[in-house]
Amino acid sequence: MGTAMLDDFLVRAGLAGIGLSLAAGPLGAFVVWRRMAYFGDATAHAAILGVALALATDLPVGLGTLTVALLMAVTVATLAARGWAMDTTLGVLAHSALAFGLVAISFVHGVRTDLSAWLFGDILAVTRGDLAQIWGGAGLVALLLIWRWSALLTATLNEDLAHASGLNPGRERLVLVLALAVVVAVAIKVVGALLIAAMLIIPAAAARGLTRSPESMAAVAVLIGATASIGGLGLSMWQDTPAGPSIVACAAVVFALSAVLGPLRWR
Amino acid sequence: MSRLPDRGCGMSLIAADHACVRFAGTEVLHDISLRVEPAEIVTIVGPNGSGKSTLLRALLGITPLAAGRVSRRAGLRIGYVPQRLQIDRTLPMTARRFLSLPRRHAPAATAAALARVGVPEVADRQMADLSGGQFQRVLLARALLTEPDLLILDEPTQGLDQPGEAAFYRLIDALRRDTGCAVLMVSHDLHVVMAASDRVICLNGHICCEGTPRVVSNAPEYRALFGLGTQGALALYRHEHDHDHMHDHSHDHGHDHGHGSARPRVGDPHGHGHA
Repeated sequence: MGTAMLDDFLVRAGLAGIGLSLAAGPLGAFVVWRRMAYFGDATAHAAILGVALALATDLPVGLGTLTVALLMAVTVATLAARGWAMDTTLGVLAHSALAFGLVAISFVHGVRTDLSAWLFGDILAVTRGDLAQIWGGAGLVALLLIWRWSALLTATLNEDLAHASGLNPGRERLVLVLALAVVVAVAIKVVGALLIAAMLIIPAAAARGLTRSPESMAAVAVLIGATASIGGLGLSMWQDTPAGPSIVACAAVVFALSAVLGPLRWR
Repeated sequence: MSRLPDRGCGMSLIAADHACVRFAGTEVLHDISLRVEPAEIVTIVGPNGSGKSTLLRALLGITPLAAGRVSRRAGLRIGYVPQRLQIDRTLPMTARRFLSLPRRHAPAATAAALARVGVPEVADRQMADLSGGQFQRVLLARALLTEPDLLILDEPTQGLDQPGEAAFYRLIDALRRDTGCAVLMVSHDLHVVMAASDRVICLNGHICCEGTPRVVSNAPEYRALFGLGTQGALALYRHEHDHDHMHDHSHDHGHDHGHGSARPRVGDPHGHGHA
């Protein structure tokens, strides 16, 4: 049954969205808690440069985006540790990476026409191979976050507290940086470089209003992300809208509902 | 930093030997030697920027030493309460969940810890919704769950009002009595803290003087740092002290004027005016 089902492009698209949500939910929660939203943007925008480099050198696109996203994430994390003004630094890096990526991609023959696939995703064109990459990468990130969960949470609360408990906060930061790079490489096919940060932040932010523990916030973020993926695909089919932005729009609607209903529930 | 026990440490829980800390070439802690013995309450006082928090962080192994060493008794368990812990509003976290970070504790254990610090009712409340005093007590409960030999508290009463502060120090004293743990804490509010301490270390980049509260409060080094304005409050402190804690300082009756046993450090680069 499984393989025949995967012949349907809509099923593959739905599974791609659910797979991404599996990693983006818990990682997005950390992005929100640690105020790393712009950090996510910088890493995601750098992925466009990775696409250009991969196409120019005939390497797999996944490898290119992963490498450049990782380089960007490590650069940002290093600058942050050295006390650079992060708001400005990230603003410079995020937009420079995007600009250089767009310039570089214009040199690659034949890509100019489907540039929007990299910027906004092309979830309806997800192949079985893509699906394997998405679930492989997202599964890896989800396992990594579950494994490090308690340490990550303690380091997020307070790095001194983590240190005094025998943890190494620097290592936990690195775990998040790695996870972010993998999610970016995975998500570029689904929602595109411009909207990756949205898939991290919006489901997690929507989950905040509905939950009372960090674990439930991460789990509900996964549910919201998956629901938004299905909803966005439905909207895309029904109204012929671009799939990636439709998914993010659905997540935003859930966020608005939770912002209105959440406080009512807990008061 | 070495965590191995060594001859110099003896019975002490934790000891610093000629420890120095530098930030970007500037020495912020100079030649610090101190030790904490079992079941004593030691308070580090000093003006803002005197390196109090840095000293605690160096003892905890968070801040690396530029010179000297810190040694701990083998197997020493430390409970740490950091300065100013801010829990982001976006992070949902009940007090009960907070107590199980990073290691899980049984619900009975967390409930007992909250009851011990006097806030049994906050278990299911969000950390972000607690008052300053409740928050500090939950932090203390978390530190107690590790069954520490040594509690290290960094300005634990910051943001509390005076009655809250006094109650918090009474709690620390009771915990020391019940569990036998030693307490090393930092403060910049002098008088309540001094009344609650067995020993006071006066810090200003280096150890200016140390000894029992009465001895330190009479030391010229201490007077030079905190000025004559402390006189009135000190009188108040002595008054309370003589009523409540007569037994605590029987060992320093011979040193009422302080110069005998407060130990001013030689080679003090900052110099001291005479008060």
